[in-house]
Amino acid sequence: MSEVFTKSMARNIFYGGSLFFILLFLALTFDTHGTLPERTNTGNLTEQVAHGKEVWEENNCTGCHTLHGEGSFFAPELGNVYTRFGSKKAIKAWIRSQPTGIPGRRQMPNFDLTEEELDAIAAFLKWADEMDTAGWPPNVQG
Amino acid sequence: MQYASQSVAKPYFVGALGLFVVQILFGLIMGTQYVVGDFLFPAIPFDTAKMVHTNALIVWLLLGFMGASYYLVPEESETELHSPRLAIALFWIFLIAVLLTVVGYLTMTYSNLAKITGNEYWPTMGRLYLEQPTITKIGIVIVALGFLYNLGMTILKGRKTVVSSVLMIGLIGLAVLFLFAFYNPANLALDKYYWWWVVHLWVEGVWELIMASILAFVLIKITGVDREVIEKWLYVIIAVTLITGILGTGHHYFWIGTPEYWQWWGSIFSAIEPIPFFIMVVFAFNVINRRRRDHPNKAATLWALGTAVMAFLGAGVWGFMHTLAPINYYTHGTQITAAHGHLAFYGAYVLVVLTMISYAMPQLRGQGAAASNRTQVMEMWSFWLMSVAMVFMVLFLTAAGILQVWLQRYGADPQPFMAVQQEVALFYWARLLAGFVFLIGLVVYLASFFAKGEPVPEKPAAQAAG
Repeated sequence: MSEVFTKSMARNIFYGGSLFFILLFLALTFDTHGTLPERTNTGNLTEQVAHGKEVWEENNCTGCHTLHGEGSFFAPELGNVYTRFGSKKAIKAWIRSQPTGIPGRRQMPNFDLTEEELDAIAAFLKWADEMDTAGWPPNVQG
Repeated sequence: MQYASQSVAKPYFVGALGLFVVQILFGLIMGTQYVVGDFLFPAIPFDTAKMVHTNALIVWLLLGFMGASYYLVPEESETELHSPRLAIALFWIFLIAVLLTVVGYLTMTYSNLAKITGNEYWPTMGRLYLEQPTITKIGIVIVALGFLYNLGMTILKGRKTVVSSVLMIGLIGLAVLFLFAFYNPANLALDKYYWWWVVHLWVEGVWELIMASILAFVLIKITGVDREVIEKWLYVIIAVTLITGILGTGHHYFWIGTPEYWQWWGSIFSAIEPIPFFIMVVFAFNVINRRRRDHPNKAATLWALGTAVMAFLGAGVWGFMHTLAPINYYTHGTQITAAHGHLAFYGAYVLVVLTMISYAMPQLRGQGAAASNRTQVMEMWSFWLMSVAMVFMVLFLTAAGILQVWLQRYGADPQPFMAVQQEVALFYWARLLAGFVFLIGLVVYLASFFAKGEPVPEKPAAQAAG
């Protein structure tokens, strides 16, 4: 690089450019915050749903599953599992019936959840399913 | 090695390589579970293996960055490290905290670990990569603060260079952004939004600053090219990194409940995210071609060039492949994501740490500028074995991912997830095989440290032409 473009010019682009884009990012973040109550139906975000998220976290569900496409790719997407299974009851029954014990198949542990925890996680998954994810996933298979 | 206190880097490098082995062994367990579903079940369920695999990776890279910093900063600052004892103490605190955490992962259910560590009082667990108990996270912050204090004091009393400043900006950014790991709101969309401030702004933001400054340091040393030239390149690289990378975060905000405008911001800015990696390739080849000396450590030169090239392929090309919103709509959360993650982490961060270890270790071990020819040849073999194995793993995962998209999402008759997984199992077998080749490469790498032979001495300033 010739001397037309000096080191101090490069440095200024670094500091100026970074600052500009940090501020723009913060502005977009602020705007995003304003849209979330409607997009995520925070009116339906009950204490039970919040508890369901804790159950989700404390059993490391994301270590195998994806939720809205994020997590691990070992087991099915659960962001739309409420749609796929059709009811909270079906979700609870599925969790309760694990592991299948079929030789050679991927196994989900039995997490020994209480009835109250099962209700909570099912409520959380229903709430998650109902948020506006811009039309993702493409179909019911997730 | 010019300053005695640089030797604190050595335990960090040894600890990093130990956890590298742990990471690969658990990766092989997961690779096996992908095809033999009940392998080691219920002793080590997949999620446990995955936590160990990813957490070991992150921690060994952090140990590598810390070791690299302890080696680099005294030499750049032309002064001894502020407190070598603090550096050694922090090493043991960090290592013991990490080992206890891993023991916790392996010996009890995750929900038990959450209970024992009081997750209910400050819930931060159970989110990908941030699975560590809250108390471990607090420990990480304390270690980071001590580390930054130690480096900061060293830089303040010594010479200020662009390399050490950029490194420091990257490390401070790393520590500050990690604080978002403590924010875990009940609203899933908001949780995910700030989770990416740790994950994306680390690996596609401040970590790139750390990587670029380490690479710049090694290139200054092995090529003898004028510092002014290299520093200008460094500023250009990190400027483009942040200009593209900050709004590039938007490519994670397409489908998580955030507004549709992120599809535009995310697509446009992440489409240009490969540019800083491309500049790094041009930079590395350019300064090595214009080298003013022939450094006897040929292996370090190979690792440095490998870093630039593989980072561009993994982070740049494989990232671009699925970053545009209309494509990501179909590829989001598939094996294509996994393929990109593997090649990007290996190319950018694994290789930059190994570059620094390759450059510094002979000096830390008192061998002078370079290890024996035999050691270097083994290092080069391990570079090619690991890199080729990784490329094949990534190609197999990419193939699996394309099939997955077709069968599960794009084709006329979408099939259920598990049915699709069975259809693509052949590629998982192939990936596992490549994983074992990677392990062989790692064994050769570790063996290189025990190879015999006389260190290669530095030639008396043999000026390259021009």
